[in-house]
Amino acid sequence: MDLNDDGGGLAQVQHVVLVLSGKGGVGKSTMTTELALALLHAGKKVGILDVDLCGPSIPRMLSVGRPEVHQCDSGWVPVYTDASKSLALMSIGFLLENPDDAVVWRGPKKTALIGQFVSDVAWGELDYLLVDTPPGTSDEHLAVVENLRKHKVDGAILVTTPQAVSTGDVRREITFCKKIGLRILGIVENMSGFVCPHCSECSNIFSKGGGEELAKLTGSPFLGCVPLDPQLSTSVEQGEDFIKAFPESATFSAISNIAQAVLTSIENA
Amino acid sequence: MADVPDNAPEHCPGTTSEQAGKTSACQGCPNQKICSSGAARAPDPAIEEIKEKMATVKHKILVLSGKGGVGKSTFSAHLAHGLASDVSAEVALLDVDICGPSIPRIMGLEGEQVHQSGSGWSPVYVEDNLAVMSIGFLLSSPDDAVIWRGPKKNGMIKQFLRDVDWGELDYLIVDTPPGTSDEHLSIVQYLSSAQIDGAVIITTPQEVSLQDVRKEIRFCQKVKLPIIGVVENMSGFICPKCKNTSQIFPPTTGGAQKMCADLNLPLLGSIPLDPRIGRSCDEGRSFLQHVPDSPAASAYEQIIQSIKDYCTYRSQHNGTDE
Repeated sequence: MDLNDDGGGLAQVQHVVLVLSGKGGVGKSTMTTELALALLHAGKKVGILDVDLCGPSIPRMLSVGRPEVHQCDSGWVPVYTDASKSLALMSIGFLLENPDDAVVWRGPKKTALIGQFVSDVAWGELDYLLVDTPPGTSDEHLAVVENLRKHKVDGAILVTTPQAVSTGDVRREITFCKKIGLRILGIVENMSGFVCPHCSECSNIFSKGGGEELAKLTGSPFLGCVPLDPQLSTSVEQGEDFIKAFPESATFSAISNIAQAVLTSIENA
Repeated sequence: MADVPDNAPEHCPGTTSEQAGKTSACQGCPNQKICSSGAARAPDPAIEEIKEKMATVKHKILVLSGKGGVGKSTFSAHLAHGLASDVSAEVALLDVDICGPSIPRIMGLEGEQVHQSGSGWSPVYVEDNLAVMSIGFLLSSPDDAVIWRGPKKNGMIKQFLRDVDWGELDYLIVDTPPGTSDEHLSIVQYLSSAQIDGAVIITTPQEVSLQDVRKEIRFCQKVKLPIIGVVENMSGFICPKCKNTSQIFPPTTGGAQKMCADLNLPLLGSIPLDPRIGRSCDEGRSFLQHVPDSPAASAYEQIIQSIKDYCTYRSQHNGTDE
């Protein structure tokens, strides 16, 4: 490895944050998307690297379609959500010919592509790069951490849902972070309670409080709860900017508080 | 579909590839000699051993989804409970989610350990006719992370199939992690001679989930795995207070029904969100026994019946393969 490496495509990236969870479907990609939008609205330049190679969700959640990825002298040009170029994305979703194509790859091929995603994307100047990951503690996670080793990673945000079946998997992810020396910025409890739009009764569909308990148990900071909100699910389905569309909602204030906590935690580190 | 050894370099073409031992990545690999000799291209002998082991297993069903957290383990567990409610049926549940094993908790078996017997690893029994195996039984603490790359996960799956004393079984249900990678290729490859009856695909109603599930369906088609049908989970929520339905995960593109119509697949049924399902899983109890008169339980029962019918039909029409 070249010791004079300038950090490749990440040379001008200020902060790198991983979004992890041992469990699938807890809202890693949704949280990545909403945090990116919240940071964007706070005036930051943001990038999202989607290393979920078998199930990339980020392109749809930001409704960028399937543009072709171009090459420039310094590598692959990321896809921008708008002309202001303040939100840059890279995902395997952009590299597939047909959106239904299955990426039936074993570990070594996944590791190789993640290596390229880390070193060969021309991110340019970014305040924050968020890395969205698949569930688990396997090839993709090791690859991303190993490839980012020469670059400073600020830490990881762990996403869980409240029920024990989910916090049990996230407990293992915490062990993973500790083993590889990755700082835990905090735990987010997603899908925490559902307020019936008809009668305002709150149902804890996936239980309640598990994320906060896990934070206490493992001595990790707790970043907050995000409720189940059909408006949020619809926004990510249709690739709309939830942060802009529903500034009055409880979900919005939950997300912006979490974004603020992450910013404070990183900038005071 | 190639196997990659533990000590192989990053760009290993796989030991069963035409390029094995010949690419630039192979230079310096300790396996280069054996690969270039072609010996590694012969099928893994474990496939035949597994076929023998599985000769006493009548039906093998995979539970798959491209998407995580859609309820694969919850469904697998309840399918197992449902099938085992017929006391004359012998049922086993194998969890091949190596990095996130949820089955031990959902089956109420957290903290259980696997025992070694003369004929292999003994599975853990929930009932006399319901056996369970998971990597969770091999971990010493709930904090233990299994930080393994593909080849080690594959080795574990091979052991689960070959070295577990499954005995005579009517049904073996295999719960999988999300995606289309090592675990999925391995289970299909290792069971290739033993024949899998088919896969049940789980999804939730929203497009973000369906787009991953379509990939899983492509995967099944690629590896020629029959699809028993699709189950739509978390399909609407009925407020316990006012009884109105909310679409928490809205089917913005028509949900599983539209996808099944487009891809010409059977929709086995839709299971509503019910907070008691999650609670039952956390407490390790069967929701079907615990809340039998709920709409979700009757949806489960119907789906389980369709799967039974599929298996019966298959054994009647496939008798010559055995």
